[in-house]
Amino acid sequence: MRSTKLPLLILVGLLVLCFGLAAWLDLWFQTWQGNRTQSADVLSVLMGDSRRMFANHFFVKADAYFHSGFYPTVFDNREAFQTPHMAEDSGTVGGRNQGDETSFLGKPRDWIDAFSRQFFPVRHTHLDEGGASGDLGGSSEVREIMPWLRLSAELNPNDIRTYTVSAYWLRERMGKVAEAEQFLREGLRENPDSYEIMYELGRVYSENKHDPAHARNLWEAALHQWQKQVASQPDPDRAYKFLFVEITSHLALLEEQQGNYPQALAYMELWKTRSASPDAVQKYIDDLRHKMSSAAPAPATPPQTSRQAH
Amino acid sequence: MNNIFAVAGIVLRELYRRKDFYVLFILTVLICLVMASVNFFNDAKIVRYLKEICLLFIWICSLVIAITTAARQIPSERENRTLFPLLAKPLSRTQLLLGKFLGCWLACGLALVCFYLFFGALAASREHHWPLLNYLQAALLHWIMLAVIIAFTLLGSPVFAAPSSNTTISFVLVAFILVLGRHLNKVALQLPEPRRSILYGLYYCIPHLELFDVRDLIIHNWPPIAWPVCGVAALYALAYASALLIGACLVFHRKAIN
Repeated sequence: MRSTKLPLLILVGLLVLCFGLAAWLDLWFQTWQGNRTQSADVLSVLMGDSRRMFANHFFVKADAYFHSGFYPTVFDNREAFQTPHMAEDSGTVGGRNQGDETSFLGKPRDWIDAFSRQFFPVRHTHLDEGGASGDLGGSSEVREIMPWLRLSAELNPNDIRTYTVSAYWLRERMGKVAEAEQFLREGLRENPDSYEIMYELGRVYSENKHDPAHARNLWEAALHQWQKQVASQPDPDRAYKFLFVEITSHLALLEEQQGNYPQALAYMELWKTRSASPDAVQKYIDDLRHKMSSAAPAPATPPQTSRQAH
Repeated sequence: MNNIFAVAGIVLRELYRRKDFYVLFILTVLICLVMASVNFFNDAKIVRYLKEICLLFIWICSLVIAITTAARQIPSERENRTLFPLLAKPLSRTQLLLGKFLGCWLACGLALVCFYLFFGALAASREHHWPLLNYLQAALLHWIMLAVIIAFTLLGSPVFAAPSSNTTISFVLVAFILVLGRHLNKVALQLPEPRRSILYGLYYCIPHLELFDVRDLIIHNWPPIAWPVCGVAALYALAYASALLIGACLVFHRKAIN
């Protein structure tokens, strides 16, 4: 019978070698920059930075859910879907959509194309308007976009629109103000200089928590960040202007509501500089000046009307 | 006809003896339950993502069951040397092939019943309503589509040397049709001649399996499809399945068994 001592010795030797190597490598691994174990997030451990590539896919997927599956593919005309409608409707981003959003499929090209349209959604609907059923009472069905937005934020925590869009729908249609605030704060931790998130957080305090002091602080911080990041650029594009107009108009109307007319006037002047319809803003200014001269406090225009003057 | 049903019965018994279906079903159930346990913003009514994941798994599992079951039928009879005794009985090659087809199709139907019952229960647990007609329509269309896939795989059995190559090619072609079949005409229209005509010709030739994929309608609670439309789709699929089966019979008749 062959001796078993030698295989056993080899086995023990290999185990000792493995243990030693593991102990040695662990020290190096803990200090290695590519080490993913510091993150508690499963997705970042599994996918590393490549996960950011998929974040936009899930953001678009949320918009496809917003349309109850009626959504253009890469083979269709996407002109009317340049900006996701769920983002545009939330008022957190400026829109760049053109063309007819209801007819991206065009006319049927052949009988198979015509027949196939019976088997997938072919009607343009929005979940906040009732979705496929058209029942406005079911507008809280907009909740269905949330898993994909959450996943998109997990995959790319620096995609700011994910936080602002999610927060809008959470507080406006789902009545989840605390969750919206928590999600925005999560976004602010990841993106501490984001004026978009500060602005949206200000809306939570102004519109839902009715705390104008907190809202003012946040919007002023947002304006400061905007001026720091964007104002130096020679021609800030439409998306940046949109946020500037939103921040200044909300600040102006908040100050007016609080009776701080000179401050409100200053913000309105700022608002006018980048507004798409400065005449409408001038009318607000004239009204306010008239109010100041008559010195009689009157009810202020609600902030929601500001968008008319964009 | 009795011979065909006898062969189909053997295929059916094979399905519940093998572990493939159980493994796939349990895997689907486990993954769906784990996904259902995820909390999104403290809202317990969110369900469509779950329906989408569950239906995706049902589709993948049904394709795996259909293709792998159909692909191994003839080669396994040959390997186990049971093909000669089978054909020595009063059973023609056509009857054998039709029996295999029917067995595989019924086996897939049984698997689909289990899968769709689970899907219905999962959706009802969150939505608190059960659109039975929609689910029935989706399951029926799904099952009818599997007939085309099974017939295609059976056609590949006598053509390809090994079941693995048949399985792989069937999977690739089915995935291609499901993903791109609907868009081939759009791509064709942007190409110059003669590539345009060739691609458009291919578009008309392929069985449009994507017609039977009504997952978006189910996930987003769209109303059911009109039954006459479903009937035409069923005829379309059965015509393709019949053509493929006739092709399979012709090839199988000419193929030397040994």
